[in-house]
Amino acid sequence: MTGRPANEPAMSRVVAAARNARRRHRRRLAGGIAGAALGVVLLIWTLLPVYNMVLIALNDEGDEFTGSLWPQDPSFGSFRAVWTQDHWYLENFWHQFGNSIILGVATMVLTVMIGSLASFAIGRMRLRRGQLIGDAALLTYMLPTAILIIPFVHIMHVYGLSDSLWAVISAYVAFATPYAVLILHQYGKLLPMELDECAKIDGASPVQIYLCIYLPLMTPALVAVGVYALLLAWNDYLYQFMLLSSTRNMTVAAAIDQFFDSDEAPWNYMMAVALVYSLPPIAIYFALRRFTSFDRVHT
Amino acid sequence: MSSGQQVLPLQTPIPAGRARRPRWHFRLQGSDTAWAIAFVVPYTAVFVAFVAYPVVFGLWMGSRPTLYALLFSEPRYIDTLVNTMLFVCIGVNVKMFLAFVVSGFFMQRRWWVRALLVVFLLPWALPALSVFLSIHYMLVSQWGLLDSLWSAVTGADGPLFLVSRGMAMAANILAYIWKWLPFWTLIFLSARMAIPKEIYEAAAIDGATSIQQTVHVTFPLMANVYLVATLLSTLWTFGDFPTVHFVSSGAPARTTEVLATYGFREAFVFGHPELGAAAMMSALPLVIPIVILLMRRLHRTGVQL
Repeated sequence: MTGRPANEPAMSRVVAAARNARRRHRRRLAGGIAGAALGVVLLIWTLLPVYNMVLIALNDEGDEFTGSLWPQDPSFGSFRAVWTQDHWYLENFWHQFGNSIILGVATMVLTVMIGSLASFAIGRMRLRRGQLIGDAALLTYMLPTAILIIPFVHIMHVYGLSDSLWAVISAYVAFATPYAVLILHQYGKLLPMELDECAKIDGASPVQIYLCIYLPLMTPALVAVGVYALLLAWNDYLYQFMLLSSTRNMTVAAAIDQFFDSDEAPWNYMMAVALVYSLPPIAIYFALRRFTSFDRVHT
Repeated sequence: MSSGQQVLPLQTPIPAGRARRPRWHFRLQGSDTAWAIAFVVPYTAVFVAFVAYPVVFGLWMGSRPTLYALLFSEPRYIDTLVNTMLFVCIGVNVKMFLAFVVSGFFMQRRWWVRALLVVFLLPWALPALSVFLSIHYMLVSQWGLLDSLWSAVTGADGPLFLVSRGMAMAANILAYIWKWLPFWTLIFLSARMAIPKEIYEAAAIDGATSIQQTVHVTFPLMANVYLVATLLSTLWTFGDFPTVHFVSSGAPARTTEVLATYGFREAFVFGHPELGAAAMMSALPLVIPIVILLMRRLHRTGVQL
């Protein structure tokens, strides 16, 4: 009474299950290897240009390279030159860096202010025909902005803003507010309207509702929009390059082009500048990585 | 499951759809209307002064028909048109497809995949200026990193990238994909995360392999996001200036320019602003239909960006 006949199919089932498990295991292993290979490819692909920047910046002689894959005799001379502005081209570097910061911060503040006011009026106060503003914002958001640079240069002459940081600030504010209005409008729909109504019954004015209810509750979206505007101003190149002409008014992005055009191209300084210029956005990126809302910030 | 009507927000926490909320119970009246109008005045002023006026001015600058006759008699301009189409069509579509695939890879919950995602997003955070200069140097110098790699692998001297038009164009497109792949991967990643797991479980129970799940579950559910993202990216890519300006700089002999750099060069280097404006405006017949398509799509499906 061992039940042997009944066990026979069970045995073969066990064997089949083991074979299946082995096949599954093999398939999972193959998948894992493919995944790892893809990971390595992505890593190399992503880091190659960054590594190239570091490699050139660590070279001491600007235009004589040995063509090696590793920094031979690495030196921080070019970074030191950037720090002490020890080159004809780097003379105004920190002043220009300051200009870049002013540009970014001004764009950020103005975009958040103008965008939040507009989205409050159309989303919360339900201004009649406010949808027109939303459509204008959407259209501007879609616009490839580089095609506007030629009329922009002429218009800034008309406004008397040529070679002024304000010209660039107003351009970036104009390009960043549409996204701000769209995002803040969407996010504002999550806040219950009853809050505003209660405040209104208690006699709050629209300005008080905006300042004491809307702005505090919208903080995450305001941060996202502000970072977006800051990075837009920091990462764009064309408008700064075209609208700023004197060395004192230039930003780092505009000044780098002088390097690009000059005969004696000190590439190691250029790459050191590029790396230093990349640090603020990277710092922001790592600082805000924890907030999921940052995932949606465009640049 | 009707894939066409599926509403998938790009932004997970914000519910999609155009549900009407109850109106403000106290209709806007008197001073409130004045306040509301005051609140939109700054935005309207910025829009009129720095968006509408430049657009109108640009259209006016490029409005003389003779300008277009002049443009089309220029063989460089025809080259530029071809390049722009190549750059936009290949660049955007390859990038979007790769973003779709790579976003699937980043759905894995292993620690090293998550760490890799942080690195992978770097190109998006780096200023275009810095990285495109670096890529330009890799291509242009005979001691560039690519040549060093080439000779380390094959033992021969590396190719001269910016001497052939095809190679220079390919370099532009690859640099463009390098810069913008991370951003769109992130968009698709959040769209993938919005798909409920139960659908995959149901498909797995029915015996669907992972490829079948991708084709029959993931893709139909993401089709809307994919289309909107592609259209939007196409529009933006028409105005992509820094990639070509830095990576190939139009080399060899201005044969790899796109409309954005061509118009720029005509206007500011050769001093024909009207011709430059006309060159840039000649992108409008391609841009406007896409804008209309995208507006209708966004209004109808409620996909949010």
